[in-house]
Amino acid sequence: MSQNKILIRGTKVLGGDAADVLVDGETISAVGTGLEAAGATVIDADGLVLLPGLVDLHTHLREPGREDSETVLTGTRAAAAGGFTAVHAMANTFPVADTAGVVEQVWRLGKEAGYCDVQPVGAVTVGLDGKQLAELGAMHESAAGVTVFSDDGKCVHDAVIMRRALEYVKTFDGVVAQHAQEPRLTEGAQMNEGEVSAELGLGGWPAVAEESIIARDVLLAAHVGSRVHICHLSTAGSVEIVRWAKSKGWNVTAEVTPHHLLLTDEMVRSYNPVYKVNPPLRTAEDVTALREALADGTIDCVATDHAPHPHEDKDCEWGAAAMGMVGLETALSVVQQTMVDTGMLTWEQVADRMSHAPARIGRLTGQGRPVSPGEPANLTLVDPAYRGAVDPAHFASRSRNTPYEGRDLPGRVTHTFLRGRATVIDGKLT
Amino acid sequence: MDNSSAPPPAAPAARPVLEGPDIARVLTRIAHEIVERAKGADDVVLLGIPTRGVHLARRLAGKLQEITGRPIPVGSLDITMYRDDLRLSPPRTLARTEIPGDGVEGRLVVLVDDVLFSGRTIRAALDALGDLGRPRAVQLAVLVDRGHRELPIRADYVGKNLPTSLRETVKVQLTEEDGHDGVLLGARAATGQ
Amino acid sequence: MKRHLISAADLTRDDAVLILDTAEELGRLADRPIKKLPTLRGRTVVNLFFEDSTRTRISFEAAAKRLSADVINFSAKGSSVSKGESLKDTALTLEAMGADAVVIRHHDSGAPHRLATSGWIGGSVVNAGDGTHEHPTQALLDAFTLRRRLGDGPGTDLAGRRVTIVGDILHSRVARSNVHLLSTLGAEVTLVAPPTLVPVRTESWPCEVSYDLDAQLAKSDAVMMLRVQRERMNAAYFPTEREYARRYGLSGERMARMPEHAVVMHPGPMNRGMEISAEVADSPRCTAVEQVTNGVSIRMAVLYLLLSGADSGPQPAEPTPASTQTNAPTTTRTEESK
Repeated sequence: MSQNKILIRGTKVLGGDAADVLVDGETISAVGTGLEAAGATVIDADGLVLLPGLVDLHTHLREPGREDSETVLTGTRAAAAGGFTAVHAMANTFPVADTAGVVEQVWRLGKEAGYCDVQPVGAVTVGLDGKQLAELGAMHESAAGVTVFSDDGKCVHDAVIMRRALEYVKTFDGVVAQHAQEPRLTEGAQMNEGEVSAELGLGGWPAVAEESIIARDVLLAAHVGSRVHICHLSTAGSVEIVRWAKSKGWNVTAEVTPHHLLLTDEMVRSYNPVYKVNPPLRTAEDVTALREALADGTIDCVATDHAPHPHEDKDCEWGAAAMGMVGLETALSVVQQTMVDTGMLTWEQVADRMSHAPARIGRLTGQGRPVSPGEPANLTLVDPAYRGAVDPAHFASRSRNTPYEGRDLPGRVTHTFLRGRATVIDGKLT
Repeated sequence: MDNSSAPPPAAPAARPVLEGPDIARVLTRIAHEIVERAKGADDVVLLGIPTRGVHLARRLAGKLQEITGRPIPVGSLDITMYRDDLRLSPPRTLARTEIPGDGVEGRLVVLVDDVLFSGRTIRAALDALGDLGRPRAVQLAVLVDRGHRELPIRADYVGKNLPTSLRETVKVQLTEEDGHDGVLLGARAATGQ
Repeated sequence: MKRHLISAADLTRDDAVLILDTAEELGRLADRPIKKLPTLRGRTVVNLFFEDSTRTRISFEAAAKRLSADVINFSAKGSSVSKGESLKDTALTLEAMGADAVVIRHHDSGAPHRLATSGWIGGSVVNAGDGTHEHPTQALLDAFTLRRRLGDGPGTDLAGRRVTIVGDILHSRVARSNVHLLSTLGAEVTLVAPPTLVPVRTESWPCEVSYDLDAQLAKSDAVMMLRVQRERMNAAYFPTEREYARRYGLSGERMARMPEHAVVMHPGPMNRGMEISAEVADSPRCTAVEQVTNGVSIRMAVLYLLLSGADSGPQPAEPTPASTQTNAPTTTRTEESK
């Protein structure tokens, strides 16, 4: 089979001046103006922004165990549709990804699907139980090469276990991604604790339950000289703590979800469980602080926390509903609306927050690379001028639990390339 | 509540069919008829149907007392909860049901209302009365009978028979409620409902 | 009024006064030989109770039956609900049975709201208590009781009355509904509780918050004591029952410091010796029993107002003359079917 050549013509590389990008096989062969290549497939990318393929640090693919809500195949198709070329698959599957066997299975399923790289995240503790360390070394040495460990969905709340995990992963430059939620402070929690929860009579999830764990963990990470990553940071107070930790030079990174950049707990007044998520939607002040922190780099990256749930788990009363939202297919649009269209981030910075930084945190070598000759051709083309209402019926994800149904969001991924192979062409999955 | 009711389009001027003095005279006549037919009105209880029927019942009671020299028990009977059209129109404020101390058991109850029209109000009143006791007999006094009955009901005492068309409205005004007495015959606004 | 009664906050002052006035008239039914009205004949009211509450269920049942509605009691215990059937499936079943109104008690805040807005059912939804959210008919019967004891009767509100609500505000749906309703009716509401039992953000609530019961007694027209569940002690909301009773319980001595006309209210069931002493509970100033009686009148009023006129059925045929006043409750009725 002859080398496949693609010429992307007139695209704004990282939002800059129009240029041509030539892809030859799996790599970028040239970036410049007036490029010509005989036999190349030409894509007219006038007005489109070219980004490095997006990388998600926080995806729930649900397989194995909850294939009714998502599979590796459907989840990675959703990822490709959203412009991603790599996702980190969270460990809270059934069985839990706490052994080399499970992470290798997920990794292999990702390879077979072929829509984006699937990098499994290993559980920190056996069964996410918070009691006994899982075989972190074995998972790292497996074919999946796990470097990110998380009990996401649950907090590693025992300070000793957390300390040991942070210490242990140092041997292979791993990172513990903490779901910061003090369990006792959040018993029966249903939404952000504040004015709205007081009125609605829903159990409160106080900001301090997140902030106290983050404060503890940045101190632990500093103490043992390891690195910690904070999952889905959601409060203004958490931002302050991370900012302080970074000012000390500690090895702390943090992510924010698109929905925490856009939505507030006021939405919960509808009691519509589509807004039920963990950590919960916070206040407008928190949203402002999160946007500023993402802009100034205090928060390193955007991660979707894509959490598919079957229809029946959301088509019910609030208390009985599952927590979580799908996010892969709307993430870039929400970031454009909240950060780019507001002037807080350039497209170049979006490339950092959604590709370079997450790849760096996850120690992915072939992802999150610059758009330069010789680099792997993991690329995403975005039409920033597009405006349209979100229609979940068109999602590639198996689940539809989006809070954006019917909402006008800007921007659309027109093409995604995984090592030179198109996974999305003209907005359609291949 | 959707209070979208606009004032009705200006209807042609209403025409008075009874003036204040007419109403007084008519009530006096009805009082005499009651005494005559009820053989002294010994056991008569007057129950007015809110709102204007109650005022008429009180006036009648006054006249009866002048004639007989005895106080006549008078009360009110709200029929809202017995209406047959509750599902067709917005909720109505309930009016007071006030039954005189000795009740209605074995008495001659005279229901009093301002206008007799379809007869449905009186049907509801008979049902309501049945839940309060068992009168010896029930009679009906109205200020105006405008015809168009939908039920086999007739008045025992009528102030004025007023042939009307369905396009017309009859409006009773009483001093207690409206500041002056009168009965007006007007045309309904063409748009109706 | 709206088609559903989910939150006391949905009621305007006029809505609330209309309900109280209607209840006032319906309360007089108790003195009649036949305590039944034909108003809701042929209509079906379902009591859908996911939580045990015999008192509230019986009150709604009595109210519906006095209006001649057919009543179906659907309790979660022993039903398919406990076998994992969802609220949605239960709702669809009720809809298929032709429920005109669903009176719902649910352990989850917001469940009645969800039932009313989900499109699962077409009938009216009445919130009979949801989680720690609201219990609007309880607030209405409390307001009704207050107006009878303190107020100027039909047509009036509670302007200027001072009501102190004491106890577990955090978990109390009664308190939330009363804060909304009593303030809508013009009363000045003060919540009194230890800080552990007050939500962290109440700045937007139309009321004051105090931690000192004694400071409120002398200026209260009514003191409403909320039931405090002993289990709360285990979650460290307060140290001991004894300490709670001493600081926040209503004793005879405290009651004596209330103005002479002031009343003591309690939604029941009472924890004697905990939030209320036996002496206070049994005193004539305590309206607990009266509140139960009034509850039936209030619920009759609510069912009547929600269910009459709810139909989009045929318009009255001629010659029933069309009312020129359309939707407002009619106080003049010259143009109605005579």
